[in-house]
Amino acid sequence: MLIDWFTVGAQVLNFLILAWLLKRFLYQPILDAIDAREKRIAKELADADAKRTEARKELDEFQRRIKAFDLQRSELLGNVIDEANAERQRLLDDVRQSVDALAAKRREALRSEQRILNEALRSRAREEVFAIARKTLADLASISLEERIGEVLIRRLRGLDAAAKASMGEALSRASGPVLVRSAFDLPDAQRAAIRNALNESFSADVKVRFETAPDLVSGIELATDSQKLTWNIADYLSSLEESVGKFLKDADNPETIAALKPEAEKSEPQAKTL
Amino acid sequence: MHLSPDEIIFWQHGYFKLNATIVFTWMLMFVLAVGSKLVTRKLSTGLKRSRWQNLLEIIVTAINRQISEVGLRRPEKYLGFLGSLFLFVASASVFTIVPGYEPPTGSLSTTAALAICVFVAVPLFGIKDRGLGGYLKAYLKPTFIMLPFNIIGELSRTLALAVRLFGNMMSGTMILAILLTVTPFVFPVVMSAFGLLTGMVQAYIFFVLATVYIAAATHTHSLPPEDGAGAAPETKTEAKPGK
Repeated sequence: MLIDWFTVGAQVLNFLILAWLLKRFLYQPILDAIDAREKRIAKELADADAKRTEARKELDEFQRRIKAFDLQRSELLGNVIDEANAERQRLLDDVRQSVDALAAKRREALRSEQRILNEALRSRAREEVFAIARKTLADLASISLEERIGEVLIRRLRGLDAAAKASMGEALSRASGPVLVRSAFDLPDAQRAAIRNALNESFSADVKVRFETAPDLVSGIELATDSQKLTWNIADYLSSLEESVGKFLKDADNPETIAALKPEAEKSEPQAKTL
Repeated sequence: MHLSPDEIIFWQHGYFKLNATIVFTWMLMFVLAVGSKLVTRKLSTGLKRSRWQNLLEIIVTAINRQISEVGLRRPEKYLGFLGSLFLFVASASVFTIVPGYEPPTGSLSTTAALAICVFVAVPLFGIKDRGLGGYLKAYLKPTFIMLPFNIIGELSRTLALAVRLFGNMMSGTMILAILLTVTPFVFPVVMSAFGLLTGMVQAYIFFVLATVYIAAATHTHSLPPEDGAGAAPETKTEAKPGK
């Protein structure tokens, strides 16, 4: 007999005990361990997901901040550039104003110098002209300059044309007071008498004459009624000279004028030497 | 020469006896239980674990997956019974490499005992899952005429289970014994290796058939979620009467 029923019963019992033992010591612990591991991995994955989400959030936040910073920086940079430009413009304006003021001051100083020089020149020229004229007249004649001037006046009186003479005569007749003769210096009596005579002769009347000294005439003589005036003086010549010198000084500031003048000066030098 | 280890009797007292089948079964039980206890004594739940733990995890998860692939919804419920069947039969064949060892599955008493266990377990699981009426109604399907055939099928498949395993295991041992007398060198080694393979295949067949019978009795055949991606949610598996 191949089947031993006692053994069959024993093996059934053995198998049930084995099943219980394996369930107790093998399947349950292993399945529990696997479940625990799965839970742990799931938890770690969830943690990783949470961390990733958190990291993404932080990344977004940082990117937003970086953008804000960039915007702020560009704004500040723009403001600084604007301020710097404004400051630069202000400084330039200041410098321009300073330069203008300096230039104006310099021009004023130049003008002042020019005026002083003009004044000195004019004064010197007057003196020189007067001295030369005086010397020349003294050299040419034996009579003094004042006499000569008086003679000039007399000659002019006598040389008046008819219309002028009539006009003058009429003025004399209408005159309320004496005729005024102004001269730069006191005229000698002989000169005064000659003038009176010349007037009397010219207008055939007894003309009353009053003599007066006027230094502003420089050198000259002036005969004046209420409405007419007959005059000769150096002041006119001096005015002309002054005008000419003034023009020259004005042109002296211009380099072209100086350049034009230089060759003439150079040319004139050798001529002077030859004389 | 003896056909079954039942015939090797170490001790006997009247009806009670200790034969090689029972003794080697105890030895296998001891090795399996103590080995499991030693390995599972300090299990790691982290990512790092011992090689033995890895081995046991592979075995347990493979059995679990196999049960669910056959169509049982909650494989943990059946793991204790079906897993023990597989491990007992497989280890019984693996230990044939030990000289002097006689596989207990080479005894018709053992295979009959296992087949009886399956024969009892199938209706128990079926009634637990579907209730007594639901389980008994299955015998009347498709029509009541099929009732005797269903009952015959139930009995015959149990017999087939027992005899198939016994035949395979016994034949392997017998062939080895005969070959040892004829060609004592080399060839028996090859046959021994071949016997290991057939033993593993038989263990798998016994386990899968028992699973299929239980699955047919419980009628809860949906696939587990991890395997159900490409499959239909409900798959009916018809019980095969035998092989």
